[in-house]
Amino acid sequence: MKAVDFDYARPAALDDALELLARDDISARPVAGAQSLGPMLNLRLAQPDLLVDITHVPELRMVRRDGDALAIGACVTHATLEDGRYEDATRGVLPKVAAGIAYRAVRNRGTIGGSLAHADPAADWIATLTALGAQVVVAGRDGRRTVAVADFVLGVFETDLQHGEIIVEIRVPALSDRARWGYYKFCRKAGEFSHATGAVLVDPARGVNRAVIAAASGRPIIVEDPEIIHGNACRPERVAALLAGTPIGDNAFEVNTHTVALKRAIAQVTG
Amino acid sequence: MTNTKTITLTVNGRTVTAAVEPRTHLADFLRERQLLTATHLGCEQGVCGACTILVDGEPVRSCIAFAVACDGRSVTTVEGLDEDLVAVQLREAFSEEHGLQCGFCTPGMLVSARDVVLRRPDADNDLIRLEMSGNLCRCTGYVGIVNAIRRVLDARKAAAE
Repeated sequence: MKAVDFDYARPAALDDALELLARDDISARPVAGAQSLGPMLNLRLAQPDLLVDITHVPELRMVRRDGDALAIGACVTHATLEDGRYEDATRGVLPKVAAGIAYRAVRNRGTIGGSLAHADPAADWIATLTALGAQVVVAGRDGRRTVAVADFVLGVFETDLQHGEIIVEIRVPALSDRARWGYYKFCRKAGEFSHATGAVLVDPARGVNRAVIAAASGRPIIVEDPEIIHGNACRPERVAALLAGTPIGDNAFEVNTHTVALKRAIAQVTG
Repeated sequence: MTNTKTITLTVNGRTVTAAVEPRTHLADFLRERQLLTATHLGCEQGVCGACTILVDGEPVRSCIAFAVACDGRSVTTVEGLDEDLVAVQLREAFSEEHGLQCGFCTPGMLVSARDVVLRRPDADNDLIRLEMSGNLCRCTGYVGIVNAIRRVLDARKAAAE
């Protein structure tokens, strides 16, 4: 199918983009690589009046080390993060996760900010940035605010972004040299969306013991139970308790799949 | 066309200026306006890889890249790879190894395969399969495609020694 007849603007300054996105007489949507929005437009699941292309705003395309964090502009592509030509404060976590997103042709255009804003529960950045304890810097006409990724993702395709706001930056805390990372996702075919994702970060120097169950048809579930991460408690009954109240909480197959994904991620950290 | 934008981009080395509707994706622009029909449209939702072309030298799905967003960029389709050394090797190898049957996926396969050869020169067959997993073929079962890329990688390695 073909997209509806939308208009298109490509401002070079953030303020101009925010001005356009704040309009309430039309439906305006920000777009970067269009690797999620593009299919939705073609399928007419999205029918905006105006697309505001934010990829020409220079500050949104930078990766820089800022104190004890890596600051990643919203429009930085997965391919850029995969290729690792920046001062990676995550000891290889970002390049490795980026390399597993969809396919290279998609990674060449798709962006980290777009992925977060789209908030598909199966997305790699949703799971990864939650486990890393990253923060999102959001800008609107009235200024900026910072939200933890864990609080930013509210549900399936649902975020804390308010009308007229966009993500400008993602801030990932630097990992210590003792940090260990585990990541496992179930895909029936390489590059497709995950059916169950487990992510684990153990960083003793910073006192971090955090696991995440993602792609579970809702917001990511944070697990800080040392018995699950360091003990032998990653079992279906424990994971079922964590998934209680979600649409898959009573589904034994789904619970088992998530248990195994998390267990395999944990094994990469503790094994 | 009521709502159009004027864009200027390079298509296979030629500068093109055209008025496009913002909703026109790059593949439709290339096929319908530039009459470059080697770029094939399968799914039109970024899944099948048939429409993969190069934008500024990097593989991109042309069905989910809008032409208007590629203003100022350099676009290369399979028609523009006639003289490209890697593409020449790949075309021969695809023919030798039966890397195609109906040919619908082949333009996208060649563009992605070229990327694998250049970006992953040390790829083993598992990595070739992983890197090519974004391009679907309904005829070959992929064995011929993997063998064709293998053949080019081996030939280039032998030539470099």
